[in-house]
Amino acid sequence: MSESIQVPTMAEYMAQGKQPEVLFWVGCAGSFDDRAKKITKAFVKLLHNAGVDFAVLGTEESCSGDPAKRAGNEFLFQMQAMMNIQVLNGYEIKKIVTACPHCFNTLKNEYPELGGNYDVVHHTQFLRDLLNEGRLKVEGGKFKGKRITFHDPCYLGRANNEYEAPRELLRKLEVELVEMKRCKSRGLCCGAGGAQMFKEPEKGDKDVNIERTEEALETKPDMIAAGCPFCNTMMTDGIKAKEKEEEISVMDVAEMIANAEDL
Amino acid sequence: MLDYFPNILFLIALIVGIGFFTRNIRKVVRNIKLGREIGEVTDKKERWGNVVRIALGQSKMVVRPVSGIMHIIVYVGFVIINIEVLEIIIDGIFGTHRIFSFLGPVYDWLIASFEVLALLVLVAVVVFWIRRNVQRIKRFMNPEMKGWPKNDANYILYFEVVLMMLFLTMNATDHQLQILGAEHYSEAGMFPVSNFMLPLFSDMSVDTLVLVERIAWWLHILGILVFLNYLYFSKHLHILLAFPNVFFGKINPKGQFSNLESVTNEVKLMMDPNADPFAAPPEGAETPAKFGASDVMDLNRVQLLNAYTCTECGRCTSECPANQTGKKLSPRKIMMDTRDRLEEVGKNINKNGEFKEDGKQLLDDYISREELWACTTCNACVEACPVSIDPLSIIMDMRQYLVMEQSAAPTELNVAMTNIENNGAPWPYNQMDRLNWKNEA
Ligand code: SF4
Ligand code: SF4
Repeated sequence: MSESIQVPTMAEYMAQGKQPEVLFWVGCAGSFDDRAKKITKAFVKLLHNAGVDFAVLGTEESCSGDPAKRAGNEFLFQMQAMMNIQVLNGYEIKKIVTACPHCFNTLKNEYPELGGNYDVVHHTQFLRDLLNEGRLKVEGGKFKGKRITFHDPCYLGRANNEYEAPRELLRKLEVELVEMKRCKSRGLCCGAGGAQMFKEPEKGDKDVNIERTEEALETKPDMIAAGCPFCNTMMTDGIKAKEKEEEISVMDVAEMIANAEDL
Repeated sequence: MLDYFPNILFLIALIVGIGFFTRNIRKVVRNIKLGREIGEVTDKKERWGNVVRIALGQSKMVVRPVSGIMHIIVYVGFVIINIEVLEIIIDGIFGTHRIFSFLGPVYDWLIASFEVLALLVLVAVVVFWIRRNVQRIKRFMNPEMKGWPKNDANYILYFEVVLMMLFLTMNATDHQLQILGAEHYSEAGMFPVSNFMLPLFSDMSVDTLVLVERIAWWLHILGILVFLNYLYFSKHLHILLAFPNVFFGKINPKGQFSNLESVTNEVKLMMDPNADPFAAPPEGAETPAKFGASDVMDLNRVQLLNAYTCTECGRCTSECPANQTGKKLSPRKIMMDTRDRLEEVGKNINKNGEFKEDGKQLLDDYISREELWACTTCNACVEACPVSIDPLSIIMDMRQYLVMEQSAAPTELNVAMTNIENNGAPWPYNQMDRLNWKNEA
């Protein structure tokens, strides 16, 4: 694999007078956070592998505004949203895929009222569709038979009622999927949402991510699967706090698929 | 004339009972209307579907099977036994005896099913009491449940025991009178449960039996009227408000928070290259509304209806990640505080004719900032609520007030927001570096 991956931008597409099949919305975490960047790259690998014609906004992308909105700063949120909508509409974007459930939720649900109407999907949904269309082949590979528990991201699950897409992908990896006590619509938050990621938690007995990690550990997993860069960080921190990082890793579903076959 | 005395007395009781009840409901409606208007209500079909599924069908109750199924028993018992109350009202007004008995075998079965339900209700109520007072299930023990909320819950259970016992006593004595062939007590009904109470009354004379039967009959209906008037002061108001509340409940995806329209207008103006930034606001433009909520009047009517509907079951709180890890936040408390403050404002209006500034507000005097900032916006509370209450929307509105009116966000959040403003990301990275990852092996 070469040092740099092929990641076309919308500006380049525009210059060639082309429209991609889908815009990959990378998000702030996916762009800047070291751990999340790995997810971004894994997902890009999969897109290439499936022959998906995609592009990113690159430096024209800006924060979706989710953390600002959940923190109560509606003004900043709408500024971000309108700026992004201007760019997206300028490129006549129809379909967007993102690996961040927060961006997914905001773009899908909160942008339309502000003039941004796109078909927005989460990367697990997109990958599932690629799979069903036969464009992507997923087989067990090195995760076959591994005990894996999936942590539902609030903004994919409860917020948008998508519980199955990530699980379908995991089943395709032929893992032994074990559910935590609180899962799907009753899944416990990792503690990052609502802009908590960017502040210290309030006083309490315990941090939310520890509580959730303990619950995940109760399933005696070989690995924890996630579908959100923030959940990923929270659970990884939890595992470190429990000094289990040698045995148990936290991986995004997309990373697992990309790594299964060492694509 | 004296013959009609009981009928007249009954009518007076009925009118007074229902009259007071109407007055209370008017107060509830007036208080709810202190909130901001909601826009046009769309998707009526889906909303009615929700009423049928969630309110009538109790679909969310059975997520927790034990309490859910018992609640359904009490609920079905309550609804069905009300057919009996209708008969009691007609009998009371016209001095008839078991007016529906002309239904023959159908009537027998009706009465029989009321009795079975009454027994089941008794059992369920006892279990409920044990759960609250002996087992002391955690979600009933949070700090906000001390004092009145705890007593309120128990009073309701005692009330139900008394009403059911009166109902069965009434039937047992009636049955015994029927057996003795007493005048006025024509044979009607089937009594599979109160049958077992017959031995208690077998030695009594007809006169005593009539007396006991009448006392039970009167106390039963008076009890119902008192209970009806108790609702307003109680979490038990949910038996009525659950229906409109579910109808008006959120039907958008849970992750979709509403966009503030006043902000949209401002932002559009700012981004319009043709707009003159120094132009005076157009003539007649309203002063910009207050952003977010610091008191109940800033909330909308659905949120206030939510507050009156909350039955304090604590299902929300027991699923709340913040609460479960020992933070102060409890979504149930958010709803209880909202109702308490709304009631306080209501009383203020009763006294002064209109609201007189009382130096208090929902924020700080009831709900602390620490609670508001502990929320992860995970929607677990919204998902858990069996009657479609949305505590999260109140938390969000209050955060908006804190941030947009008071610039009172926690410092770290201010840093993150400044970063978003300047670099388009919550961290201090340059927007121009957004695509650097593709060159990092
Ligand atoms: S949305 Fe907030 S209040 Fe509701 S359960 Fe989650 S953290 Fe608790
Ligand atoms: S908000 Fe809903 S779930 Fe929470 S206590 Fe009230 S009724 Fe129960």
